Amino acid sequence: MNKVLIIAEHDGERLNPSTAKCVTCALSIPDAEVTIAVCAADGASVAAQAAALQGVKRVIKLDNPANAHALAAILAPQLAALAVEFSHVLAPSSTFGKDLLPRVAALLNIPQISDIMAVESARRFRRPIYAGNVIVTVEVAAGDKLAATVRVASFGAAATGGDATVEERALNLALPTHTRFVSVSKPQSGRPDLQSAARVLSGGRAFGSAESFSMLYSLADRLGAAVGASRAAVDAGYAPNELQVGQTGKIIAPEVYFAIGISGAIQHLTGIKDARTIVAINKDAEAPIFEVADIGLVGDIFQILPELERQLAVEGASDAEAHSGVGR
Amino acid sequence: MKRILVGIKRVVDFSVRVRAKPDGSGVVTDGVKMSANPFDEIALEEALRMREGGAAEEVVVVAIGPPECQQQLRNALAMGADRAIHVQAEGIVEPAVVARVLLKLIETEQPFAVILGKQAIDDDNGQTGQILAALWDRPQATFASSIKLEGDKAVVAREVDAGIETLEVDLPAVFTTDLRLNEPRYVKLPDIMKAKKKPLSTLTMAQLSIDGAPRMQLLRFEPPAQRQKGVRVKDVTALVAALRARGLFQ
Repeated sequence: MNKVLIIAEHDGERLNPSTAKCVTCALSIPDAEVTIAVCAADGASVAAQAAALQGVKRVIKLDNPANAHALAAILAPQLAALAVEFSHVLAPSSTFGKDLLPRVAALLNIPQISDIMAVESARRFRRPIYAGNVIVTVEVAAGDKLAATVRVASFGAAATGGDATVEERALNLALPTHTRFVSVSKPQSGRPDLQSAARVLSGGRAFGSAESFSMLYSLADRLGAAVGASRAAVDAGYAPNELQVGQTGKIIAPEVYFAIGISGAIQHLTGIKDARTIVAINKDAEAPIFEVADIGLVGDIFQILPELERQLAVEGASDAEAHSGVGR
Repeated sequence: MKRILVGIKRVVDFSVRVRAKPDGSGVVTDGVKMSANPFDEIALEEALRMREGGAAEEVVVVAIGPPECQQQLRNALAMGADRAIHVQAEGIVEPAVVARVLLKLIETEQPFAVILGKQAIDDDNGQTGQILAALWDRPQATFASSIKLEGDKAVVAREVDAGIETLEVDLPAVFTTDLRLNEPRYVKLPDIMKAKKKPLSTLTMAQLSIDGAPRMQLLRFEPPAQRQKGVRVKDVTALVAALRARGLFQ
């Protein structure tokens, strides 16, 4: 039996959809028994949501006032203490998991595989390297336990309707005080989450200014879409960093992805290649984005966008609602 | 001395489109341009600015790998680092091994900050800084977009999925850099000449008593699945029709 521990990602109240995707990944490990760990100040609500994911055997709640914010230095010793009885420790490949899991793996002295996109056996996995230009098959030596971050764009979400047991675990650990939470920027209100949205409109350098970039928000709101951006657009200050899609930003898998005024550097393409449909709009007919696009339109974004908004606007908000937040 | 340690990894240049070898045994690196990992150059730039601002007195750069790594170290010295350490290693050096090497060097160098890239653009592992912080039992501030030193503390803005998170950490600490922390300076020709005289020492893994053997085997390298060729449409009307044909919009 492979005892798999998944570290839940949440904001204190709601379980992040990335956790349900980790469950799907965990269940593809042969003979897996899946446990979810919830570290929170009061994890009752999050634990209940985790327990409802199908295929999960039990949820272990680690309540501690120090867990009010997900600080790797504080969570890692608790998770390492919990993980000794498990063969696999998984976390989503979000900034939460990327920050935390290597610290847990180091305390356990076990190897970590980052960004697993497919499970070949309990010890053998596939993952992208070189910005997704190459896929490597990695195997951990027999007998070694392992940690892995899960490339959430590669896995669907586990369904709800499960009924796992929830247990509370008290750990008597002296936790460090050398790392203190100060603040986090408030999430954008209203618009769907970039990582789980069914529709994403992404803008690039061609917008030329933050003011022009805001055209995307109005179209996105009409279509119930999330907004993304290329690195160039973020570096230029047209869009905030949390919108960046690509190798060093977010890896997403929407139903439809619009790359608007984005040339399509390989570092960007690696973040979108799991999208069901890619639409490229760019005035440069030779732009690399057209090599991966399912539908390409060459032209001036400032003429095309208003026309697109006009033609798609006929579908009302009801349709947009039906599509938002569906994801894969 | 108030010292900062910076890691420099030699990687295939970001502009190279890397391909798997046809036999799946690795990636094609013959004749390919090699550079310092871009995130590591950001780490070095940040350390240099701290020194120039008076917060540090010495910036030491470390590379682990084959003799060719010394090119990237010389370049780092030309950028402004004071001293370089090359730890010789062949083949794949896993993040945990790099972290153990850095930890050994920390024992002698006693830095107040270790600044590393958040990930290397070759293996895309993104683990070394966090592993080092765990083994050192010190704070980590990963994906930093701003680091402000305030006495024996640092206030760090981090690029996280939700936006920007701000942490306060006690020093010494490990920092890993995100793209927008700074823009690394260009190297000037006279600095390249000067860098040749700066100290560069060489160590072996054996001298550091570190077993660098990998714990993971890389079995097969393949190209990613290709997407099917798409269609070009002539105008917005045709685009909307194509979207509707795919059932995407009503």
